[in-house]
Amino acid sequence: MPEVEFPIGPQHPALKEPVSFRVLVDGERIVRLDLDISYNHRGVEKGAEGREFTKALYLIERICGICSHAHAMNFAKGIEALMGVEAPPRAQYIRTLVGELERLHSHLLWLGVLAHEIGYNTMFMYTWRDRETVMDLLEEISGNRVNYGMNRLGGVRRDISDALRARATEGLRGLAARALFYNQVIREEQTLLVRTRGVGRLPKDRAIALGAVGPTARGSGVDFDVRRDDPYAAYGEIPLRVMTSEAADVFGRVEVRVREIEESVQIAIHLLETLPPGEIAAKAPRTAPSGEYVSRYEAPRGELVHYIRTNGTDKADRVSVRTPTLANWLSVVEAIQGRVIADIPVVVAAIDPCLSCTSRTTFVEAGTGDRSAMEWDDLVAYGIRYYRDREGSP
Amino acid sequence: MSSVLLALYLIVFPGFLFLLGFAWFAEWWDRKLTARFQNRVGPPLVQPFADFVKLLAKEDIVTEGVSARLQGALPLVAFAAVATAFLYVPVVGGSPFGAPGDLILVLYLLTLPTVLLFVLGWTSRNVFARIGAVRAASQLFVYEVPFFLGCLGPALAAGTWSLGDVVAAQSGGLWTVLLQPLGFGVAIVALQAKLERTPFDIPEAETELVAGPLTEITGRKLAMWNLGRDIALVTGAGLLAALFLGGPTIPGVSVDGLAGAALGFAVFLGKVLFLLAILAAIRAGVGRIRIDQLVTWGWGVLTPLAIAQIALALVLKGVGWP
Repeated sequence: MPEVEFPIGPQHPALKEPVSFRVLVDGERIVRLDLDISYNHRGVEKGAEGREFTKALYLIERICGICSHAHAMNFAKGIEALMGVEAPPRAQYIRTLVGELERLHSHLLWLGVLAHEIGYNTMFMYTWRDRETVMDLLEEISGNRVNYGMNRLGGVRRDISDALRARATEGLRGLAARALFYNQVIREEQTLLVRTRGVGRLPKDRAIALGAVGPTARGSGVDFDVRRDDPYAAYGEIPLRVMTSEAADVFGRVEVRVREIEESVQIAIHLLETLPPGEIAAKAPRTAPSGEYVSRYEAPRGELVHYIRTNGTDKADRVSVRTPTLANWLSVVEAIQGRVIADIPVVVAAIDPCLSCTSRTTFVEAGTGDRSAMEWDDLVAYGIRYYRDREGSP
Repeated sequence: MSSVLLALYLIVFPGFLFLLGFAWFAEWWDRKLTARFQNRVGPPLVQPFADFVKLLAKEDIVTEGVSARLQGALPLVAFAAVATAFLYVPVVGGSPFGAPGDLILVLYLLTLPTVLLFVLGWTSRNVFARIGAVRAASQLFVYEVPFFLGCLGPALAAGTWSLGDVVAAQSGGLWTVLLQPLGFGVAIVALQAKLERTPFDIPEAETELVAGPLTEITGRKLAMWNLGRDIALVTGAGLLAALFLGGPTIPGVSVDGLAGAALGFAVFLGKVLFLLAILAAIRAGVGRIRIDQLVTWGWGVLTPLAIAQIALALVLKGVGWP
């Protein structure tokens, strides 16, 4: 067969969100892969800048449906630091607990998605059923299954009762057994092994050079985890093992995540057992003094960065979000080179892409195809010009 | 058999009408078992029939630039081929259409859908369908040899190319599966590949190729194709039941008349459902492998195993055992 363009996306059964891979293939082999990630720009950053902190927190939580707590907690952490407010210990523990439960449900969901990408639907059904345990716990704790709404500036909204602690611990112990089972499955199931071992190679030095984060980097042996290396909330006080794998391929990423499931269960149980007494929120002022803060958080997919600049009012001057998926895309393009079509879904799924959180605008010159970013003043001028042309000057 | 009875055999039982119902039942059985293996509830009994009716009611879309006749005819031909093949499978006793060499005819009729699938995909003017078609053809060359060799074993042991005689040879002695377990295993795995089920659903790999060669097929064409696929499932399982498990007979048991026919049918049904359960377990238990891995494994492991079984069967036959 001659070289043909094989379009994956923006709509394709392997994709849960819109993204476009234009793949040039020669038979089954991939010659080139182009990536277009911006199909779902929602203007959240700009929206957050126009709202008071409490409303911005509400909006920021909706950046992602899976790691909603990560965004909300990271934003709250940044604003609290700028305000000079510290959440009480009990609030920190509850935040950490919800964060770990979120990691659990995210990793279980991901494990199912990866299994589905290689047609192993039984594993998909199993992991998603176990995920329901976590979802039920999250619903009991927060009242919601997706956007938990647990954070407020200065603490959390809801306390955890002793009865709930006991129920949650029981549910988590059941999950611990399941995590051991999955650890066994990924090592013994042959079709899973042949589809992940040696696929999507990403050596350690390349992972660092391409700026990979989270399980993608740890699967290549990069020993970095924000929870340990720049601790926040309760992480400085609790035992935490950072999982890495030397496999440096898709299997490494699977191994790291499955072991993180085990570890997260243990952390969550520990948090429930050592939950300190006291208040769950401190009073936060309405405004924050001028300043800027880079807020880091280990989301399920890797390091999440919020850059926040305040100007003394009750609104942020600038909010910039760097999601872990954005950091991991480059490693996908590298890891897919020279592989075959059948590896695309596996290698892409291995970074656990969260696409809509990652959309950024790019300006493309019609005709030449040149791409560029636009400066803020230019964008404002462009916006004014656009509407003036369309609607006539006032 | 009189011509009236023959017509009844052809049209009512176990021919066309029974086959329709049985094919849907087999699909339900397969889906239900898979669902139970996967910790799901699974579909109700009438679901495959409901799916068929739903597809019939859909708009009949023909891809621009593709011959409507060709696209409409291919699923029908595939359906006809596998339905014809089923006529030769012993259901209540030997088939009245049975002839010397009908085993070869059945094997070739069962190959036809894959060839037609290739044509369907290749003429679809769709990149997913084309890559799927090439994969279907590549896969054909991998599993067909071990499947034929696996089916050759029982025929060699019985010394005949007639399905009815292979069954008769087993009803007087032992099931072939006891003498040729390796060949049975190879044939089961190759049948799974022939039916394009996990781990061999490579041509239709949903997360890569959308629906593979069937991407552009919808409405009644897809309904016919799916029906043909269900019939291929029961025909393949019925063929292996006849070759390795003695078809509708139990060794040493012989009942005459209507009661015998009823018993034979019950035995056939039990064996086919058992084989379908094995196929469903394989489907639920593993993930999909890549086409290059299939080629390596098929020629490196499956075919040598089939050849080893044939050699063993020849040696056993040479020394006159059993």
